[in-house]
Amino acid sequence: MAARIQIPSQAKQGEVVEVRVLIQHPMETGYRHDDVGHLIKRNVIKVLSCRYNGVEVFRADLSSGIAANPYVQFYTVADKSGELEFYWIDDEGKQGSERQSIRVT
Amino acid sequence: MKRREFLAGIAGTLALPVAAFADDEVLDPLAAKVANGAPVRKGKVKIVLPQLADNGNSVPIRITVDSPMTAADHVKSIHLYSERNPVSNMANFYLGPRAGKAEIDSRVRLAGSQKVTAVAALSDGTFWYDAAPIVVTLSACLDES
Repeated sequence: MAARIQIPSQAKQGEVVEVRVLIQHPMETGYRHDDVGHLIKRNVIKVLSCRYNGVEVFRADLSSGIAANPYVQFYTVADKSGELEFYWIDDEGKQGSERQSIRVT
Repeated sequence: MKRREFLAGIAGTLALPVAAFADDEVLDPLAAKVANGAPVRKGKVKIVLPQLADNGNSVPIRITVDSPMTAADHVKSIHLYSERNPVSNMANFYLGPRAGKAEIDSRVRLAGSQKVTAVAALSDGTFWYDAAPIVVTLSACLDES
């Protein structure tokens, strides 16, 4: 699962930084049928979480009510230089993760 | 009974149901569940949603909560509800004092014209909400496309 995560590469300490997460995922609702009339199983990203140097700063429970290729934008306070670790899992159990480093001055 | 009194009485009974309909500030009962019986007041939360969406498959939404986001006073979670989607609870976002700013942007799927509700749970135990109406021309989820 490809993902595009954007955070500023550097920030001042205490600054509120914008985090943008876009994950490539169909977010199957479970209400659609395929060409031969079988119901396509629900497959959505259930959980998306963000850890800042190991501390969870954001978590989202998503459902079929979120558009395909889910986009979530949130904020976090630039605390110390380090890594933001993103993790997500879908209904099929497929997991994805991504790391982005931030330099705090 | 005088004619005047009778007419006044009629007017009174008619006015009641009209007032009930005019009050669209009623919280979605499904959204009220998140508070577990606690009162959910209107305010503090603000939803930014387009008035009209051509396609319900991807509708941009922004939820902002008026909060200083300090350790003592912050937003714990934001819950997003739809009136007409088969799955009413569209998303739950969990924040904390580390967020710095209580603002979430995302894109939702909407099955038809409806009211979207956001409920915010604050660290002091209070719940606040906001609702926004939207007209969806082509609804998501249910129809085959």
